[in-house]
Amino acid sequence: MTKNNNSKNPLHGLWALTNRDLKKWYKNPVILLLGIIQPIIWMSLLGKAMNLGDMFKSFPLPSNIQLSPEAMSELSKQAMTQIFGTGDYFSYMAVGMMSFVVMFTAMFSGMSMVFDRRLGFLNKVLSTPVARGSILMAKIFSAVIRALVQATIVLGIAYALGLSVGADFTLLNLIGVYVALFLISMGLSSIFILIAIRSTRQETQMAVVNLLNLPLMFASNALFPASLMPDWLQAITKINPVTYATDATRQLLLYTIDMHQLAIDFLFLGAFAVISSTIGILLSWRYLSR
Amino acid sequence: MKCKLAGDALIVSGLTKVFNKNLVAVDHVDFTVKEGEIFGFLGPNGAGKTTTINMLITVLRPTNGSAVVCGHDIEKDASGVRNCIGVVPQEYTADEDLTGFENVILCADLYGIPRDESKKRAAELLELVELTKFKDKQVATYSGGMRRRLELACGLINRPHVFFLDEPTLGLDVQTRAATWNYIKLLKKEYGMTIFMTTHYLEEADMLCDRIAIIDYGKIITMGAPNDLKEGLGGDIMTLSIQDSKADISDIIKKVPRVKEVKKQEGTYRIKLVDGEETAPTIIDAVRAEGYKVTRLALMKPTLDEVYLEYTGRSIREEEESREDFRAQRITMRRARGERTWRGH
Repeated sequence: MTKNNNSKNPLHGLWALTNRDLKKWYKNPVILLLGIIQPIIWMSLLGKAMNLGDMFKSFPLPSNIQLSPEAMSELSKQAMTQIFGTGDYFSYMAVGMMSFVVMFTAMFSGMSMVFDRRLGFLNKVLSTPVARGSILMAKIFSAVIRALVQATIVLGIAYALGLSVGADFTLLNLIGVYVALFLISMGLSSIFILIAIRSTRQETQMAVVNLLNLPLMFASNALFPASLMPDWLQAITKINPVTYATDATRQLLLYTIDMHQLAIDFLFLGAFAVISSTIGILLSWRYLSR
Repeated sequence: MKCKLAGDALIVSGLTKVFNKNLVAVDHVDFTVKEGEIFGFLGPNGAGKTTTINMLITVLRPTNGSAVVCGHDIEKDASGVRNCIGVVPQEYTADEDLTGFENVILCADLYGIPRDESKKRAAELLELVELTKFKDKQVATYSGGMRRRLELACGLINRPHVFFLDEPTLGLDVQTRAATWNYIKLLKKEYGMTIFMTTHYLEEADMLCDRIAIIDYGKIITMGAPNDLKEGLGGDIMTLSIQDSKADISDIIKKVPRVKEVKKQEGTYRIKLVDGEETAPTIIDAVRAEGYKVTRLALMKPTLDEVYLEYTGRSIREEEESREDFRAQRITMRRARGERTWRGH
């Protein structure tokens, strides 16, 4: 009998497992479609309906206030820029939708872990010499890649629907956007895969996703600026990583960059990604096997 | 990573698994499997078979006791164990969205086998289990028997020394089951590995295994070659009637060598004997020599079912299963029938 004389790379199997999840995904375009349909609906309904820029033009002024139409227009533009940082609400929320789609993909990434356990695939993988950490990393990477592809599609559609990018937008900014989204999806999917690591019920996982998706979404600046929120809600947005990802992508795509704030964003996102994936790998050694 | 070839493939001593501090799934199990042997764990659902396998393949940690697989301790050298075993779990683990070939290659990648080598091995294994024609079809289109064969091929991709089969024919119909046994025998002949398998089908244990252990409530009740176990029951059973129903020839029969017990029940003699095929003619000769005419005769071989009955006090029972096991098994059954099941994202 021959023995495998393979020169063992400690990461062997990592790409094979990642690729398996990706293949399952792109071989089922329906799943891809369903994943991006929601942000598109949000963008095209909420984003277009909340035409806040025109709010000031659309009502008659009380008789004691005299303003020329130009002044009105200037006023509304000022108000919008002050609050949203950009002239139109659609662009503001469309960028938020990129965080939204990344967040959703990450949340559901735990589901495939549950299924692998239920269907016995996980046990089979655990009986092979693949490093336990690689099993978890493969799930995280496949979630990250799916998230980035979906975010790209959302960005493309947003652009087609009238997203106006900032004046000093360059290719470097776009790379920055991807780095920000990479970090947030890595951090979030680590957490959600970790929640699923011992679960055998997809119901539990669904409940967790349902419980967390609205708070994560609304207690952030993805749809509305945090500056308008009451203090207690602002406090939550400050620890919500979605806020930092959204702020970073908005700065890079729409605003004139505030270097100081951008550095804080990336620092937070980087720490979040590193800490949660490290915890994930460490715990996977302990908890993947029962 | 060298696997020791000489001696015992599996040495298990005092292996115990307790779930949630009070559910004893496997209770101080001891056994040894020799190199090249097919060893079977026979027992009802929930007897602790799968738990034992999961400990031996390093997926579960034992609560107590130890086991050595191909010379590697399952706890101290788990990766050593993983390198020299192949596993076919109870469930169908092949990915339905991938093709048969892609599935085998995926398994090869998990062992870090270089691509040119894994392609060669995959082609060879798929040929052996006669799936070459379907290798580029999605597994979702496979029948239950084909899926089982694919699992066998996947499990052998790393040329394992010990091959673990957990309920290899669960949910298959009788013909497909028999065909699957043939593939297992063929693969065993081709690669000569040691096989450890679990089953709750008596015919399966009888047909495939060199030795079996009957396990119930986490304990090994008895162990031995299927034939020895059957013989252990006291041999075969013969029934015999003679024309003269008033006469009692019990004493004549008892004098025949290798007859163990004779009972007369309503004109029929129920005889327990060893080596039925050879002993029966000598009984007839003895009876005839005394001038009696034999009118009816039947010889029965004991089945493992009777062995099972003898040792556990009941037939293989219907198990109360946890909801989870039940659902998992239902998925397996459905896949065995070739239906599509819900997929994860």
